[in-house]
Amino acid sequence: MNDAIDIKSLTITQAKKDLAAKKYSSVELTKAYLERIKKVEPKVNAFITVTEEEALKSAKEADAQIAKGEDKALLGIPLSIKDNFSTLDIRTTASSKVLDKYKPPYDATVLTKLKDSGMVMLGKTNMDAWAHGSSTETSDYGTTRNPWNTDHLPGGSSGGAAASVAADEAIAAIGSETAGSIRQPANWCGVVGLKPTYGRVSRYGVIAMGSSLDSPGPITRTVEDSALLLQILAGQDPHDATTSPTAVPDYLKNLKKDIKGLKIGISDDYFEGVDPEVKATVEQAIKTLEKLGAVVKKVKLFPPKYAIAVYTIIQRAEVSSNLARFDGIRYGNNRSTFGDEAKRRIMLGTYTLSAGYYDQYYNKALKVRTVIIENFAQAFKDVDVIVGPTSPTTAMKIGATEGQSMFGELADVLVEPSSIAGLSGINMPVGFSKAGLPIGMQIIGPQFAEEIVLNVAYQYEQENPLYKIKPEL
Amino acid sequence: MKIDVSRVAQLANLPLTADEKKKLAAQLEETLTYIDQLNEVDTKNILPTSQVTGLENVLAEDIAQPSLTQQAALANAQATDKGFFKVKGIFSDE
Amino acid sequence: MNKYTPIIGLEVHVELKTNSKMFCRCTADYFGKEPNSHTCPVCLGLPGALPVPNKTAIDWCIKIALALNCKINEFSKFDRKNYFYPDLAKGYQISQYDLPFGHDGYVILGSNATPESNQKKDAGQASMTKEKRIGITRVHMEEDTGKLTHAYGASLIDFNRSGVPLVEIVTEPDFHDAADVKEYLQKLQQIVRYLEVSNADMEKGDMRLEPNISLTTDVKVLPNYKVEVKNINSFRFVEKSITFEIKRQTEILEKGETPAQETRGWDENRQKTVSQRSKENAHDYRYFPEPDIPPTTHTKAEISSLKKSLPELPDEKMVRFAKIYALPVYDAEILTRERSLADYFEEVVSLCHPELVSGSQKQEMPKRVRHDITPKEIANWIINKKIDHTQITPDELLTQITAAKQTIAIDETELVKIITEVISENEQAVTDYKSGKENALMFLLGQVMRKLGKKVDVQMVKEKIKQQVA
Repeated sequence: MNDAIDIKSLTITQAKKDLAAKKYSSVELTKAYLERIKKVEPKVNAFITVTEEEALKSAKEADAQIAKGEDKALLGIPLSIKDNFSTLDIRTTASSKVLDKYKPPYDATVLTKLKDSGMVMLGKTNMDAWAHGSSTETSDYGTTRNPWNTDHLPGGSSGGAAASVAADEAIAAIGSETAGSIRQPANWCGVVGLKPTYGRVSRYGVIAMGSSLDSPGPITRTVEDSALLLQILAGQDPHDATTSPTAVPDYLKNLKKDIKGLKIGISDDYFEGVDPEVKATVEQAIKTLEKLGAVVKKVKLFPPKYAIAVYTIIQRAEVSSNLARFDGIRYGNNRSTFGDEAKRRIMLGTYTLSAGYYDQYYNKALKVRTVIIENFAQAFKDVDVIVGPTSPTTAMKIGATEGQSMFGELADVLVEPSSIAGLSGINMPVGFSKAGLPIGMQIIGPQFAEEIVLNVAYQYEQENPLYKIKPEL
Repeated sequence: MKIDVSRVAQLANLPLTADEKKKLAAQLEETLTYIDQLNEVDTKNILPTSQVTGLENVLAEDIAQPSLTQQAALANAQATDKGFFKVKGIFSDE
Repeated sequence: MNKYTPIIGLEVHVELKTNSKMFCRCTADYFGKEPNSHTCPVCLGLPGALPVPNKTAIDWCIKIALALNCKINEFSKFDRKNYFYPDLAKGYQISQYDLPFGHDGYVILGSNATPESNQKKDAGQASMTKEKRIGITRVHMEEDTGKLTHAYGASLIDFNRSGVPLVEIVTEPDFHDAADVKEYLQKLQQIVRYLEVSNADMEKGDMRLEPNISLTTDVKVLPNYKVEVKNINSFRFVEKSITFEIKRQTEILEKGETPAQETRGWDENRQKTVSQRSKENAHDYRYFPEPDIPPTTHTKAEISSLKKSLPELPDEKMVRFAKIYALPVYDAEILTRERSLADYFEEVVSLCHPELVSGSQKQEMPKRVRHDITPKEIANWIINKKIDHTQITPDELLTQITAAKQTIAIDETELVKIITEVISENEQAVTDYKSGKENALMFLLGQVMRKLGKKVDVQMVKEKIKQQVA
């Protein structure tokens, strides 16, 4: 092991400098992470599949390229990938036994982009089966544990991704969010989680959950790494008709701009029913933003509780249709292998779309979605971003969700409205509870405002660089 | 209202045990009660939004590109036969 | 029997002959290929794959709709039709629900002329025959499924066909007998072939037909049941199944019962329709807007430009042929059945009467304009001689016609006399010919032709010389 590698303090930005300076090789770096994975996985269970052999092979190739002086955004950088991204010839389960042995014959567009940038993939991370949940407890491959306290949940569905970053099992991770699946686990695991605007990052090859909502995005230790990864992921994809032709700005360039005079909106509804410790910590973070020159304004947002209902209907309807292809004929096991949560969602979605109920449920939800979109549009006339707590509580204990069929929606109540509207958003770690669990603040921006969202997050991070504090494992 | 769980399961092509049906019936009722809150929102004269991107006419040119090989297409199947996917016999009534 | 009037509607699926499939770029030409050799993540319905619609297929769907006098929705979208079947890769078919590309069109039967078309006043004879208007409810775009075959107690699936563009054309229940249905189907086949958007080859399954049939005692009241006969791949079977259903349903009604609302299939071996209750399974397709595909819009200008791009359709062409070339409707109809034959006919006519054929200037002007041959003579020759227009060039055809005309004009005895003269005057040439020199025959022919001093059927004269020399 090369002593120059201190994976506990590494960021993509730092590792790139070190690799370029030949402080260590990508193979050495990759081995350091594989060691770490071996050491902490028994406690964390962040991975479903560790691709040691492939990782070392890509690291070796990366080293050869570095030796030739090639410069790629992620050359030799070890990342973890959520297990709902199709990876060519590498098992992709979406944490469901239905796909226990499935090896896709193609790469998701996100994977292609990461590979083209020189990434080393360490493995595929655990998640709620089919991304159905906010705890990773619905995984058919065991619950992931929160690195800050392994009796607690990491959140979900990208729980394995967030935990892999928090536990230093990868420099950064790629996750996906339908409504909360990046921001909420990032929050509970104390890392940076960016949910890009719907249509900013290609969904091609990402096992669909809610097709009109799914947004792949990065989970990182720092905001700078987040911007760096988004730079690679963002852009129109000819394989995904819902990706936007909107030009991709230089996300790194504007990070360091000051935020003097920036208008920040807060909505009382987003602090209602929130754990007092969380509330106080987020309010403190808002004060920090004010100190940096931001102007705080009250905005009237549509009550988030309705978003739960809208989200539940739209997402389950799309789920019921998206999971119809799993019939065990062309790949995977038959439909009896679905877990309870998937069955519940398929059933509800099927019911709400069935003859006679479409208008009452699905169409009603689509109309309220319009109301939510217009409400945000109105708010963004007055402010540049909206901030608030990411989740109502810190990480819950394992088992605490037992018997709560709406647990996930309630845990994600504060991020669902922005997901329904397809907006950009980020979770920023802003403190810890007395119990030592991370607390996060979300920054919501309009569509395609990742630049501003990242800028605000970055400025906050300079004031309060919590990424330097690591869990003991 | 009461959900006909068996009928919904048939539409969803989900094999469910009697126990599962009973459990699901209760859970679905609970969720439906929750989402019925939406009735509090006035949506008169409001158009539904099924997509948030505002995109239109995203189409591809009609140019054929290479397909997967037969081997790759069949690689994940449980049962194949001479290049076909194979399933238990499906027959119509007569 | 006469007590009941059949009420018949039709759903027809037409497979388009685009290069690539509807939602992926696998080649759409799947017929006879190795099973599952033309698939990709999209048409195999692999997890994570997403559809991107084929622009050409949509344009062609709209062309079909326009050719059927449909209104075109300026705003349209795709929807998911959810149902399970092993040949349906995604567990849903991408189709169109409430906003099809085309709607509210019509087809006129029994006249071969559309009343709104500007040829109406010229239709003459054609419009004298009885006309029937068949309403077109909708023309929409969807994708084909894989192909299921049954062998040894198992079912085998080939997904090469999965995702091939399909246009579904639905009529109003405006038919009352099998003959009209057949005429409509022939017309539809002819139209899509004219548009060059489908081969409409029944044998290859390019067209699949689904009549729905019920009987009523009062044509103003639609019956309270409907029997659908699914997936027929021949016009003849459609006719047979309708005839069979009318008889079957009449018998049931005569007993005072109502036929069951159901799906049936045509069994050619047993010459009857058979119930397919298994396929019904109480349909509830749970349509909802396809979230993976943004909606499509077509401005009025785009629609009118597509309309302008339509070729002259069979009805218009037939009327024009009848009028411009002074042909009987019967001949015009035969000549316009296939676009390529019609084009061939016009090419031949343009060699004789370039002034009649619009756009004929692009052809090289013939060396000798044969004004003496009328379009009617050309039509007769093509029709009566069952000319294979892919084998005989327009020039050759004219030579044939000219020859035939001249032959009649020649006095047989005069010809024999001249040949005899030429033979006796050219003994050397005769000897040469007999010893196998083909050139010698051509020389003799030249001599005869000169003596005749007329344009005659060279071929015929040549044969005569051969006979006399032998």
